[in-house]
Amino acid sequence: MLPAHLRMLARLGNGEVTMQVDGPVTQRSILDALEAQYPMLRGTIRDHVTKQRRPFVRFFACEEDLSHEPPDAPLPEAVLSGTEPFMIVGAMAGG
Amino acid sequence: MPGVRVLVGTRKGAFVLTSDSGRKQWEVSGPHFAGWEIYHMKGSPVAPNRLYVSQSSGWFGQLIQRSDDGGATWEPVGNAFVYDGVPGTHQWYDGTQHPWEFKRVWHIEPSLTDPDVVYAGAEDAALFRSDDGGLTWQELSGLRRHTTGPSWQPGAGGMCLHTIKLDASDPNRIFVAISAAGAFRTEDGGETWRPINRGLRSQGIPDEDAEVGHCVHSIAMHPARPDVLFMQKHWDVMRSDNAGELWHEVSGNLPSDFGFPIAVHAHEPNTVYVVPIKSDSEHFPPEGKLRVYRSRTGGDEWEALTTGLPQQDCYVNVLRDAMAVDSLDSCGIYFVTTGGQVYASPDGGDTWSAIVRDLPAVLSVEVQTLP
Repeated sequence: MLPAHLRMLARLGNGEVTMQVDGPVTQRSILDALEAQYPMLRGTIRDHVTKQRRPFVRFFACEEDLSHEPPDAPLPEAVLSGTEPFMIVGAMAGG
Repeated sequence: MPGVRVLVGTRKGAFVLTSDSGRKQWEVSGPHFAGWEIYHMKGSPVAPNRLYVSQSSGWFGQLIQRSDDGGATWEPVGNAFVYDGVPGTHQWYDGTQHPWEFKRVWHIEPSLTDPDVVYAGAEDAALFRSDDGGLTWQELSGLRRHTTGPSWQPGAGGMCLHTIKLDASDPNRIFVAISAAGAFRTEDGGETWRPINRGLRSQGIPDEDAEVGHCVHSIAMHPARPDVLFMQKHWDVMRSDNAGELWHEVSGNLPSDFGFPIAVHAHEPNTVYVVPIKSDSEHFPPEGKLRVYRSRTGGDEWEALTTGLPQQDCYVNVLRDAMAVDSLDSCGIYFVTTGGQVYASPDGGDTWSAIVRDLPAVLSVEVQTLP
C-alpha cells in the first residue's frame, strides 16, 4: 500500500501494488522490486545512495511498525503469502 | 497572438497563469502537484513549452517534473542529486563542521540555447547540471570544492544555492549565489569558481573584507549587459559594473535596504526593481505598506510604486525568487507574496493589480513571453 502522494506520482488507482518478489521477502527486496516497476518512486521512500528510509516514511504490516527493523529482516508470513499488505505510510507530521 | 505565461510555485502546489498581451484577463491552472512544495519552476527560453519544476516534500524528498506542452501534462524526470565524490563538510551554526547533505532544489535554470540542458541549485549548496532534459544530474563540484567551502555556513533558510545567472554572451560564464556564502563566478562552464564578494559589507562578519560569508539574497542581470549585476543582499542593495569584481552600494533612499528579490526591466537595463522589507526579524513591508521601488538610474535614486498595492495593514513577505519580468513592448513586472497574491503590472510598475489573491504562500514566480 502506498500513501496518496506516491500513488499519484506512480499513477496508481487505489495505491495497492501486487508484486512477485524473487528470493527472501524483506523490506529491501520489496522496495527494490517496487522501484524497478515504478522508477519514479526512487528517492521518495528511501535515499538514492544510502537506501535509508526517509525520516517521515514508515513501514507497517500486520498491525506492527516495522520501520526500525533491519532492511534485510524477513517480513511476516502473512505479507509473504499476500494475505496482509506491506504498508508504506507517510507519517502524520508537518503542516 | 503574443501573451504571457506566469509560473507560480507555492508551498502547496504549482499554478500556471496565462493571458494575452493585454494582461488583463487571466486563466488560472492548478494546483499542479497539490500538497507539494514548489520552490521554483521555469521554462526553456528556446523551447517555451518545456517547463521544469522543482517539487519537494518533507515526507518524500525531491522530484523534478518536466512538461513539454506548456504545463498541460507532466512527467517526473530524474531526482538523483548525488554529490560528486565524498561530500565533505561545511561550517555549522555552532562553528563545528557538518556533512554536506542534499535537501532540495531551490532554483532551476534552463540553458539559454539548449532545451535539454538545465541547471539546478541545491541545498546544501551545490550546482547540478543535466544534459538530457533532467533525466540525469551531475554536480559541477568545482564550486563546492572551492577552498572556502568548509567555511560556508547556512543562513536562516538553510545553506542554499538559490541564484543562477547564465551569461548570454558567454556560455562558459555563470554566476551563482549561496546563502550565506556569497556570490561566485565561473569562466569555464563550471569547472572552477571564485568568490566575487569584494565590496560587500555585512553586519555580523568581523572581517570587513571577508571573501565569503555574505548573505546574498538574489542577483539580477540584464541579458544585454552581463557585466552589470544588481544584488539584493540581506542588508544593502548593491551594484557591480565589472561582473562582480567589485560591488558598491546603491540603496540610496530606500525605506529599508533589506529585501529578497531584485529584477531588471526587460528593455531598460538601468531600471531596477526591489521590494523593501523590514528586518531583521519582522520580514514584512515597512509601515504595513506594500511598495515596489523602482530606480531608473541603476540604483541610488528610488521611487515608490504603490498604485493598486495595499497601503495599509499589509504584512506579507516577498521572497527571493518572487519577482520576474516579461519582455512585451510594455514591460510587465510581477511579484508574489507569502500571503498568496500574484501582483502584475503591465506598465513597468506604474499600476498594479492582483491576478490571484488567495493562493497558498507563494515561493517563486517566473514569466514567459510567448510568441
